[in-house]
Amino acid sequence: MYRMAPELIVCLAGIVIMLLDPFVPRERKGLLGRLGLVGAVGAVVSLPLMAANAGTAMYGLLIVDDFSVFLHIIVFGTAPLVILGSYHYLKRENLQQSEFYALVLFATAGMGVMAGATELMTVFVGLEISSISSYILACYRRAALKSHESAMKYFLLGSFATAFFLYGVAMVYGATGDTRLNVLRVAIPQAANQALLMLGLGMMFVGMAFKIATVPFHVWTPDVYEGAPTPVTALLASGPKAAAFAVLLRIFFAAFESASGTWFWAVWISAALTMVVGNLAAVVQTNVKRMLAYSSIAHAGYLLVALAAAGGASKEAGIAAGLFYLVAYALMKLGAFTTLAHLGGPGEQRLEIDDFAGLSTRQPLTAACLTLYLLSLLGLPLTAGFLGKVYIFQAALDAQLIWLAVIMALATLVGAFYYLRVIWAMYFREAQAEWTAGALPHGVAAVMFLTSVGILLLFFFPGPLMNFAAQSALSLR
Amino acid sequence: MPNESYLLTVVTFLPVLGSAGLLALRSDDHTWIRRLALVTSLATFVLSLLMLRGFDMNMPGYQLVENRPWIEWPPIKYHLGVDGLSLFLVILTTFLTPISILASWQSIRTRVKGFFLMMLVLETGMVGVFLSLDLFLFFVFWEVMLVPMYFLIGIWGHERRIYAAIKFVLFTMAGSVLMLVAILWLFRISGTFDLTVIQVMLQSGGLRLDRTIELLLFGAFFLAFAIKVPLFPLHTWLPDAHVEAPTAGSVILAGVLLKMGTYGLLRFCLPLFPAASKELAPWVAGLAIIGILYGALVSMVQPDLKKLIAYSSVSHLGFVVLGIFSFQAIGIQGAIYQMLNHGVSTGGLFLVAGMLYERRHTHLIKEFGGLGTPMPAFSAFFLFICLSSLGLPMLNGFVGEFLILLGTYQTNVWWATSAALGVILAAVYLLWAYQRAIFGDVTNEKNRALPDCSLRERLILWPLCAVILWMGVASPMFLNRTEMASQQVLEQMKRPEVPQPPVRAEKDDRGVPKLREPYGPAAAQPVEPAQQGTGTR
Repeated sequence: MYRMAPELIVCLAGIVIMLLDPFVPRERKGLLGRLGLVGAVGAVVSLPLMAANAGTAMYGLLIVDDFSVFLHIIVFGTAPLVILGSYHYLKRENLQQSEFYALVLFATAGMGVMAGATELMTVFVGLEISSISSYILACYRRAALKSHESAMKYFLLGSFATAFFLYGVAMVYGATGDTRLNVLRVAIPQAANQALLMLGLGMMFVGMAFKIATVPFHVWTPDVYEGAPTPVTALLASGPKAAAFAVLLRIFFAAFESASGTWFWAVWISAALTMVVGNLAAVVQTNVKRMLAYSSIAHAGYLLVALAAAGGASKEAGIAAGLFYLVAYALMKLGAFTTLAHLGGPGEQRLEIDDFAGLSTRQPLTAACLTLYLLSLLGLPLTAGFLGKVYIFQAALDAQLIWLAVIMALATLVGAFYYLRVIWAMYFREAQAEWTAGALPHGVAAVMFLTSVGILLLFFFPGPLMNFAAQSALSLR
Repeated sequence: MPNESYLLTVVTFLPVLGSAGLLALRSDDHTWIRRLALVTSLATFVLSLLMLRGFDMNMPGYQLVENRPWIEWPPIKYHLGVDGLSLFLVILTTFLTPISILASWQSIRTRVKGFFLMMLVLETGMVGVFLSLDLFLFFVFWEVMLVPMYFLIGIWGHERRIYAAIKFVLFTMAGSVLMLVAILWLFRISGTFDLTVIQVMLQSGGLRLDRTIELLLFGAFFLAFAIKVPLFPLHTWLPDAHVEAPTAGSVILAGVLLKMGTYGLLRFCLPLFPAASKELAPWVAGLAIIGILYGALVSMVQPDLKKLIAYSSVSHLGFVVLGIFSFQAIGIQGAIYQMLNHGVSTGGLFLVAGMLYERRHTHLIKEFGGLGTPMPAFSAFFLFICLSSLGLPMLNGFVGEFLILLGTYQTNVWWATSAALGVILAAVYLLWAYQRAIFGDVTNEKNRALPDCSLRERLILWPLCAVILWMGVASPMFLNRTEMASQQVLEQMKRPEVPQPPVRAEKDDRGVPKLREPYGPAAAQPVEPAQQGTGTR
């Protein structure tokens, strides 16, 4: 029981919220938001309890090992931050409904299931739980056409991708007769129909690559990220990416390790393409939210470099680097999107680069935090993003992937163009448009504080997290 | 290794502490902001002079070393140390910073707190670069420097400041990103980031780099440093950055930031990758000489005083690079000396240009003319600094240039000859600019009533001129302390002799191996000792 504690708490909180919803008057819906926050924080608190009871749960469908705990920390850590950041946004947009918080909690539960799954169908279940919640969340701004567009695109393409994943699972089952990852590990080298197996693997990769937003399955990302309400974008940018990456790691290493020669090249090419396309496309964006969406694509590319390194010669180093980067990335994107949720103003009207002009004089602290997030995304020293990139470089060089490392270095350089543009607008230009965003709400301030401190701390004291990441990498069997 | 003292840490981080103090002040309390910044930078300067006291000029290796663990994995240490090469560069940094702060006393009026904050953070970054002995730590300080400089140029600069700031960042980052890959690769093959350990491994033969790897690593490091120096043709960011930066920014940029490139060449490129350095030396020397002559020629035709000084930087630092790649102790001594000279004299030239800008809000030479009449003291200072920059004997520039030419001559006569032309051209562009601005009748009526140097300006220029004269006349005081370091660079370039692989037997027409005389003069193959370190002809 304790092994599923976070998911249970979060689901319970979500259900309670839904049950209480009819009884809470419209003006007081925020209370349910606080309940949601309590639930999310409760889940985080229960993580040590979960970690103390390592082992399998649900008849062996879920596992609690170091890797699973690490991913749970990321996923369940983002939940309270998303809820904190969204509270005031929803009030301002007049969208304060309880379903939002319930859906965020359910999505988190789904992602937790994905992270801890030992069996492919369980992965699918978790994937569906989190995806369906995300589809509805993406459409939350009912009045805005963009939100509808984003949800439609996400739903259609997401369903396709999930279907691909399911077909892949079916093929693997057809070739081996089982869907449990530990059984597959042994069965795969011996399977008679290798072609079916590889096709299944390919389809599963497509399904997950969609979720991570890698080229050429990335086309949904800019539109969905831009259209969805910004706190939802914060959730989408951090949680599902981590969960999908975890699934990929488990599939590739717990099951398909013997086939690494094959999937390594797919990952290599994906990584190179994703970094290049993501960074180059971001350069021409004028909408900051869209630009950050493309930057998410680029960062998925960096994660894939870590995956390629792990599939190459340096397995532990690559996985550990990828896990560390996931944490750093989640912090950066959460902070950035939450700040944007606040700065966008009512109706998210003010998200062009021009609207950021002169921010440093109006709201110096907010501008400084946003600068920190952008510099961390760029990968400048003194930030967690830099150290994350260094670890990935190292893993890549260890695995002799020199060309990939050089491509990553050059892609990082391209990043300077668009990240610095926002900083330039904030600091070098005079404020033009009226200030519509109002004072900094407490929730947003808390998120900004926590993520900024996290980014700086991770640079100066990466030891504990990196050790845990290395342990998690070792436990991936 | 026991930590000898905390002096280096204090010198490095005191400016940042001061800037934290600045944060506590109110944004419109300009007086105290300036005072705190000035006091902090002066304190740092005094502390850096203490380094001189503890410095033993006859001891090889690094002194005042601090070696503490920082990050466990990858093993990165907080490793600082000073030797003859970095000693005076640090003192130059801490000397120029309070001078720049004084120079910006009146001219910076908007967002004053941010300006001095950036200056102090920049100082920490610069000192850290010169003192780091751990490759990763060096890279962190190197990159950290980018952001304050970007803001300094972009916020407080002149008309085209944003273009210049972005260009500066992009150029520098392009080099550094590849340098990061090279540093990580070096870590991978050596197992450590510590420069001293890698050096020992390379010199003892514990670590051998084969030719391609060494060339690639050298290339990555060299690119980053060549962009910083700047070496032709990677110099195009410099004129924009210099011209558009505020006065203090230009002084620090020219005085210190450019030296980081040449420092990097001496500290990393030559000792770590000697074979590649030697192999590519003709190309590098060629680019340096082109830089010297091109920089000088372009300076001559500049109507804008700051742009003239910027191109003269390209020219002067071409000399330094030439001295470095002469692989002679005397040439390297000259290069180190010229680095310090250039910092002081070009810094001085930018200060002078800044003073003119404060009065007339222009840098165009034709707007001035006959300034000798209303501003005699200023003209005297200006002349003194010009003469230093062009290398008049008895002043600092001469010592540096002479030593460089001496060293270069020993390696290649033609290089030295071409470079010497640069000396003549320097006289041309500097003296002509001076004449147009200062001598003769007052051509522009607006110039007639210009005030001469104020007390603050004299406070800035007197120490500068004193240092110029002192470095020109009493150069052994400096050269004695840099001598060990220059020889160390050459020592560190030595590699153990590599035994040649056994010669394969030749085969005759039918494919049967020919029997060779195993012993005797006819069979003996001359074994060339690989990678000699001394670099003599």
